[in-house]
Amino acid sequence: MALEYPEELKYLDSHEYLRVEGDTVVVGVTSYAVDQLGDIVFVSLPEEGDRINRGDSFGSIESVKAVEELYAPLSGTVLSVNTVAVEDPALIGSDPYGDGWLIKVRLADPGDELSETMSAEEYRERVEG
Amino acid sequence: MVARSLGLMSDLKRTPLYAQHLQLGARLVPFGGWEMPLQYSTLTGEHRAVRTGAGLFDISHMGKYTLSGPDVLAQIQRLVPSDLARLQPGQAQYTVLLNEQAGIIDDLIFYCRSPEHWVVIVNGATNDKDRRWLAEHLQGVHFDDLTGTHTLLALQGPAAAETLQPLVDIDLARLGRFGHAQVSLVGKPAFLARTGYTGEDGFEMMSPQPAGIALWQSLTAAGVPPCGLGARDTLRLEAAMHLYGQDMDESTTPLEASLGWVVDWDKPDYLGREILLAQKARGTERRLVGLTVEGRQIARHGYGLFDGERQVGVVTSGTLTPTVGRPIALAYVSTPLARIGSTLEVDIRGRRVPATVIRRPFYRRAL
Repeated sequence: MALEYPEELKYLDSHEYLRVEGDTVVVGVTSYAVDQLGDIVFVSLPEEGDRINRGDSFGSIESVKAVEELYAPLSGTVLSVNTVAVEDPALIGSDPYGDGWLIKVRLADPGDELSETMSAEEYRERVEG
Repeated sequence: MVARSLGLMSDLKRTPLYAQHLQLGARLVPFGGWEMPLQYSTLTGEHRAVRTGAGLFDISHMGKYTLSGPDVLAQIQRLVPSDLARLQPGQAQYTVLLNEQAGIIDDLIFYCRSPEHWVVIVNGATNDKDRRWLAEHLQGVHFDDLTGTHTLLALQGPAAAETLQPLVDIDLARLGRFGHAQVSLVGKPAFLARTGYTGEDGFEMMSPQPAGIALWQSLTAAGVPPCGLGARDTLRLEAAMHLYGQDMDESTTPLEASLGWVVDWDKPDYLGREILLAQKARGTERRLVGLTVEGRQIARHGYGLFDGERQVGVVTSGTLTPTVGRPIALAYVSTPLARIGSTLEVDIRGRRVPATVIRRPFYRRAL
């Protein structure tokens, strides 16, 4: 089954995606990540108003197989947290780019921090070799 | 998330069913020196198939031996704490190989075909070690290693018997738990045993390679879902069955591992006996227990268990049970805290989460 990487998103090599909407960014994990993890059973996320720093862990995502840290792809303030996905982590696996998003962040410094992201095409090449 | 490191697959052994696994879209992972299917569809889907119907596993990586000769029984009796002389032909015993310190070299099943002829199935990851141990300790025994020439398939689940019956030439109703027979399966000779590692009814079937592939194809064509090592691990853990190398090893004795039931205390003269008797008399300092953990996070292998500030144990296996829907674990715990109902805390990556010692197994099939 081919995995999808929507064109309009930006991607990180740590398998998070970013959906940029002005100076706010929705962060989630890619379909490749959820495919690798398998059945997701738990997600731990920061709280609204928390400050996250690029490169630091902002939570974790856990499947029966493994637990992986989530790394902040940018610095900013958490505007909202997907509490529905926290209650029902299987959503992340079934709809990672839609209802399975994780957090929405207001960028501390819009612009240069996003320069290290990949396009959908670059990300696909990276994960599929 | 960190990029997942891929194991070097090139040095790994493959079972005769490798081509079938690829064709079925299995995700393959390194396991004990073998490239094995982790899952074909989803772990929980495969787990549920075994709990509610039937599932098929390729476990050809497991070590498969035959031992024969007039003195076999006396020789193998020296190596295990169970009294294998009690077995009639057609019966089998789960037991452990012990070293001189009563440390567990492996867990395995001895199948008695006759007092002079035994089938032995051991873990895949310990196959080389076991073979060396047996070669060193068995004299005048004819040893055949069938690991490379035979497939081993496990058909497990409440519907296993009705699924298998049309393919086999014996009445499966006459084969009890741990019973075994030499049979004809899809028209080819095979060794069939009513054993498994899932907590369900089921069968393990050993065949020469071409027949084993045909058997796999017959069962998958009949609609039995193939299941991988992921589901095998959650199934065995719900049934509180130990995984060698994780829940026990050469530094643990059967008493510490809560496998005292495999020890026949009246049995004379086997490796590790004096140490086991002494340990029984004075008690062990730690014991393997079952835990249930609050919340939904998994207490994983190596996580510490605490009573206040004092570390009192360590988790050896953990999962979120697909059937029961809560985190469970096996752990070694300081004996005074190992009683049922004892409350502890598990350190889940820096956070303390309450855990309670509960009765094993976590799942028991309906009779």
